[in-house]
Amino acid sequence: MMGKPAWAMISRLCRWLSMVAIFALGILAHSSGLTASVAEYWGDIRYLSIQHLELTAISGAMAIVIGIPLGVLLARGKLGFMGPIIAQIVNLGTTIPTLAILALAMTVLGLGSPPALFGLTVLTILPIMLNTIAGLRSIPPALIEAARGMGMTNGQILMKVELPNAMFVILAGIRTALAINIGTVPLAFLIGGGGLGELIFTGIDLMDTGMLLAGAIPTALLAILVDIAASQVQFWLVPRGINPLR
Amino acid sequence: MIRLENLSKHFASSIAVDGVSMEVAEGEVCVLLGPSGCGKTTTMKMINRLIEPSSGKVFIDGRDTSSVDVVELRRSIGYVIQQIGLFPNKTIEDNICIVPDLLGKDRKASRRRAAELLEMVNLDPAIFSKRYPKELSGGQQQRVGVIRALAADPPVLLMDEPFGAIDPINREVIQDEFMKLQASLKKTVIFVSHDIDEAVKMASNVAIFRSGKLVQYDTPDNLLAHPADSFVADFVGTDRTLKRLRLISVRDAMTADPPRVRAEDPAELATALMREHDHASIVMVGPRGRARGYVRRDTTEGRAEPISELFEKLPCMINVNDNLRNAVSMMFTNDLSWLPCVDDDGFYKGYITQQGITHLLGATYRDI
Ligand SMILES: Nc1ncnc2c1ncn2[C@@H]1O[C@H](COP(=O)(O)OP(=O)(O)OP(=O)(O)O)[C@@H](O)[C@H]1O
Ligand SMILES: [Mg+2]
Repeated sequence: MMGKPAWAMISRLCRWLSMVAIFALGILAHSSGLTASVAEYWGDIRYLSIQHLELTAISGAMAIVIGIPLGVLLARGKLGFMGPIIAQIVNLGTTIPTLAILALAMTVLGLGSPPALFGLTVLTILPIMLNTIAGLRSIPPALIEAARGMGMTNGQILMKVELPNAMFVILAGIRTALAINIGTVPLAFLIGGGGLGELIFTGIDLMDTGMLLAGAIPTALLAILVDIAASQVQFWLVPRGINPLR
Repeated sequence: MIRLENLSKHFASSIAVDGVSMEVAEGEVCVLLGPSGCGKTTTMKMINRLIEPSSGKVFIDGRDTSSVDVVELRRSIGYVIQQIGLFPNKTIEDNICIVPDLLGKDRKASRRRAAELLEMVNLDPAIFSKRYPKELSGGQQQRVGVIRALAADPPVLLMDEPFGAIDPINREVIQDEFMKLQASLKKTVIFVSHDIDEAVKMASNVAIFRSGKLVQYDTPDNLLAHPADSFVADFVGTDRTLKRLRLISVRDAMTADPPRVRAEDPAELATALMREHDHASIVMVGPRGRARGYVRRDTTEGRAEPISELFEKLPCMINVNDNLRNAVSMMFTNDLSWLPCVDDDGFYKGYITQQGITHLLGATYRDI
């Protein structure tokens, strides 16, 4: 187990390295005259980035709202026996190509953002649900016995003991889920869902590198920014007593 | 206060508790004792209904617990588990205040009480209140586990091997702390243990279990002096009589109001007194009765000078409130067959002899 300072140093180092890498890429792009052609799309980038983030935010929120309760249901109570079955289904789900899920969603929901949101949500639920189950399962039975023996109701045990103590693992799941989500959003363009995919795929079709990069670079930046934001949430939201980062 | 009536618990494969009836009076500490798997924990958990009895009843203060709302029941009973079970996501203070918070008690008042309780077990609230459990040592966590059960001031306390996970030295310290707490709070305590020494030290009454059955329910001294059968005798150990030593105070075993001499008395007086009482030595006291020294009969025999010229220093003395275990230990350490007994102020109260102790311990066996 690494000490706190080691962890902090590594994460800070990673952040710096990614900054430096982006900066280097920028210089490279500039010297080859690419910045100019990327800058042409500034208006599109802004509009599509917001759309991109909206897709992520909405599908991410839906996935959290569905994934955590689903995980809770499967980790405890009467549905516990379904856990392994669901886990199997989920594993199957992760092996189905993302594009296939989107295509299936399109055949049912038609074109536009609804099937995109549906597909993204399905994809994002999985890691959140799995981590919720893992987090709840890792809680020592003694804690729950102590809680019950002190007169907590089942609801109080869940809200005051189980979820808080599983929070770090659940948030780790959400972080992974969001990273997958934001990287998958470009595919939404293929079923008319919008987002930065529009620049990427059109750029590919037109063999326009500037346009392609105008979609790809912001996508990468968004992924990094969202991950940093999520890690900050994880750092500050989880109490010191159970936060391995603090 | 707590009454178990023909309490049984049948699991699919086994009978964990079999027709146990007993009663614990208010303010008493009842220790459930027995080898592993004999049903102690199951019996205890049937009291706060973490396990529902298969048959039989539990009464607390005359109320049948099965007629009380289970959540309400548990909030009115302090509960300490062996694994401690502090919540790692909460500070020490919040851990202690869990039941008061559940009951909706005033936050400020319960935090103040938490600080008081921390002080009672020698943890400085200024240092520990805001810490998290992982920032405490095992023994410190154990202490917090105990005071957490006391925070809402429940009349009844259930403790399942609360000091089981601590090293022997620390365990003694925590046991002493708990006994001090108990002396001031006077809870009705049911305490699971499989350590006979712990039971003898803490219990008003000990309940010995064997495969789900209550085989003897008695005071520690009776248990040690008169084990009900060979199982109990084996369980309490072949050195059980030595264990009784701790239960008897020096005051109860000493010969009170013994003869004594003063420094200015002549040696003849000492010789006469020793001859009269058939003693080999006699204690010399100061003007107000504090033990100062002693003289031997073979020193005073045939002499006439004042005692002050003949006396020797006392190698050691024992406090009347101490127990016989320490007295005997002191005798062996100093190779003595008797000890002078003094009170807290050093006044000479009596003496205690090896022979007297042997006689006292043996008395209960001769009665039968
Ligand atoms: N949930 C359960 N299902 C089946 N059998 C059980 C269950 N709980 C306990 N038992 C059995 O009941 C018996 C008594 O168990 P209990 O936990 O009361 O023992 P104990 O006296 O507390 O022992 P220890 O000193 O090891 O804690 C044991 O034989 C145990 O295997
Ligand atoms: Mg047990």
